[in-house]
Amino acid sequence: MKYFGLIWAGLWRKRARTLFTMASIVVAFLLFGLLQGLNTGFNTVITNLNVDRLYVSAKTNMTDGLPIAYAARIRNVPGVRAVSHWTYFGGYYQNAKNAIPAFATDAEPLFKVYREMKIKPEYLEAMQKTRTGALVGSELAKKYGWKVGDRVPIGTSIWTTKQGSSTWMFDIVGIFDTSSYGGGFPSFYLNQDYFKENSAFGGNIVHYYLVGISDPHQATSISKQIDAMFENSTYETRTQTESALAQMQLKQIGDINFIVNAIVGAVLFTLLFLTANTMMQSVRERTPELAVLKTLGFSDTKVLALVLIEALALCVFAAAIGLLLATLVFNSGALKVIFGNFTMPLIVLAMGSGVALILALVSGLPPAWRARQLNIVDALAGR
Amino acid sequence: MTPVVSLRNVAKSYLRGKQQVEVLHGVDLDIARGEFLALMGPSGSGKTTMLNLIAGLDQPTSGEVHVAGERIDRLSRAALSTWRSQHIGFVFQFYNLLPVLTAEANVEVPLLLTNLSRSERRKRVETALQLVGLSDRGKHKPNELSGGQQQRVAIARALVADPTLLVCDEPTGDLDRRSAEEIMNLLQALNRTQGKTIVMVTHDPKAAEYSSRELHLDKGRLVDEAARRAA
Repeated sequence: MKYFGLIWAGLWRKRARTLFTMASIVVAFLLFGLLQGLNTGFNTVITNLNVDRLYVSAKTNMTDGLPIAYAARIRNVPGVRAVSHWTYFGGYYQNAKNAIPAFATDAEPLFKVYREMKIKPEYLEAMQKTRTGALVGSELAKKYGWKVGDRVPIGTSIWTTKQGSSTWMFDIVGIFDTSSYGGGFPSFYLNQDYFKENSAFGGNIVHYYLVGISDPHQATSISKQIDAMFENSTYETRTQTESALAQMQLKQIGDINFIVNAIVGAVLFTLLFLTANTMMQSVRERTPELAVLKTLGFSDTKVLALVLIEALALCVFAAAIGLLLATLVFNSGALKVIFGNFTMPLIVLAMGSGVALILALVSGLPPAWRARQLNIVDALAGR
Repeated sequence: MTPVVSLRNVAKSYLRGKQQVEVLHGVDLDIARGEFLALMGPSGSGKTTMLNLIAGLDQPTSGEVHVAGERIDRLSRAALSTWRSQHIGFVFQFYNLLPVLTAEANVEVPLLLTNLSRSERRKRVETALQLVGLSDRGKHKPNELSGGQQQRVAIARALVADPTLLVCDEPTGDLDRRSAEEIMNLLQALNRTQGKTIVMVTHDPKAAEYSSRELHLDKGRLVDEAARRAA
C-alpha cells in the first residue's frame, strides 16, 4: 500500500495517453460484457427452457403444417398430460412495422402446457365463450394500452378472411402474465376455431403441437413414439424438446457462440497490443527514473512488480468500468425484449475479470521484464 | 581507524563493441569516516566509474571494494540493492527527481524500502527538507522548483535514510554559480556538522575547494598529489 503513490503517479505520468488507453479498454470490455452476456443469455435461456415440453412440427418444414386431427392421437400417447397447438398468424397492429407475435391456439390446454404462465380462470372461461376472443400478454397489453373489453384490429400478411380482408377483429377477453418469458414469446392468442371458420384457406393446419409430459426423463421415448406414430404418413412429424427447438432456431441466425467469440477475440487481441505498446512506451520514457529507483535500493524484482502492478491497475480498473457499463445496459431492461427478466450473468463478470487479469499480465510482463533487466549505469548514462 | 571505503587493486574494463576499454587500472584508495573527498580529473579519466563502484552500482573487473564494513564486489544484484538502500545516498548531476511526485514524495521514496510507519516517514521527510532549507516547498513538484532547489530536494532524498556514505556525481554541474555555492555550502555543512562522509566527483576546482581532500584521476590511475602539484 505504501507504494500506491508511486504506482499512481507512474500511471498518470502521461494523462492523455493513459485516458485514451483506458477508454479503449473500457469500450472493449463493454463489448465483451454485452456480447458474452448475450451469448450466455442465449445459452441460459436455452438451458432453462422446460424439458417437460415437446414441440411437434412437420418433418419437412414447420410451415408445411400438420393436420389438426393429430391432437387426439398425440394426447393418447402414454406420459402425455396436455396437448395444445400453435398456428402462426403473423399479425401486426395498425402498421406492418408493429409486429404482434400472434398465434391461433386451443387456450385451455395451452395454459396446462405452459404452467408457468399465469392467467385468471375467468379469462380462460371467457376465451372459450367468445369466438372472437383474444388473450394478450401483459407486456404487449401495456405497450399498446390494451385492456380487457377492448376490440382491436389485427392485420396479417398471410391469412385473409373469407370476406377477403387481411384485417381481423378481436375482443380482448383476458391478459396473462408473461414476465417469465422475453417479449419475443407469443403473446397474442386467438381461438383456433375462429381462425378455422374465418380463414379463407388453411384453417385446418397447425404449425406446432405443444405437448406437456408428466416425466421429463421420458422426453426422448415419447418423442420417438409420436414420430413413429406418424411415420410413412402424408404428414410425418419431427418432435423436439423446447431447448432443442430453440437451439435449432438460433442456428438459423448463425452460430452465436462462434460470432461472439470471434468478435471478442479480435477485440481483445488488438487491445493486447495497444496496452502492451502503452506500457512499453511508458517504461521506455521512464528508463532514467527506473534507474534512479534502482540506485536508491529498489531491487530488480520490486521494479518489475511496480511496472506489473501499474499494468494491472490500468487494465483491471478500466475493465471494471467497462463491465459495470455492460451490466447497467443489461439490467436496464434494454434487452428485456430478448431475455425477459434476464440480468447480467455473474459468470460473465468473473470471465471479464479473468480476461482483464490475463490482459494485464501479458501486456505488462514484457515492459516489466525490461525494467527488471535495466542496468543502472547504462540507463543513467542514457545508453 | 578503519576506513569507511577501501579499494584494493581495483580494475574496471568495459567492452565497447569488440574493443576492451580499460577504465581503471589497479586503483588503491582509503576514505576515512567523516571525510569529504573530491574526485577530480578530465573526462574519461574514470571518476564516475570509480564513484559507481564505491556506490555499489557497478562491479569491478578485478580487485576488492570494501564499503561500510562489507566487501561489496562479491554481493549479488539483489543483495547490493538492499545494501545500497541502507548505506548509500546518491546525488546526481541532473537531480533525477521523479517528475510526477512532489518534493515531499520524492524525498520519501528511499524510506518506502524501510519498515518505518507512515507518520515516522513523514517526520523524517520534514526533517530532511528542513535540513536543506526547503520545508516550505514540500508540496511543489520538481518543475515548480529552480535547479538549485531541485538539487536540494535530491540531497534531502539522499540524506533521509541516514546513509553511511553520500555519493555525489557532479552535484553542481547543472547549476549557476550562486546555486552551486549554495549546494557546496550545504554539502560542507552536512560534512562538518552532521559528520557525513561524502565522496564527490567534480570538474569544478571551486567546488573541490569545499572538500577536505582532493584526489585526481588520470587515465584510470590516481595521480600522486605532490607530483601533480610539481607538474
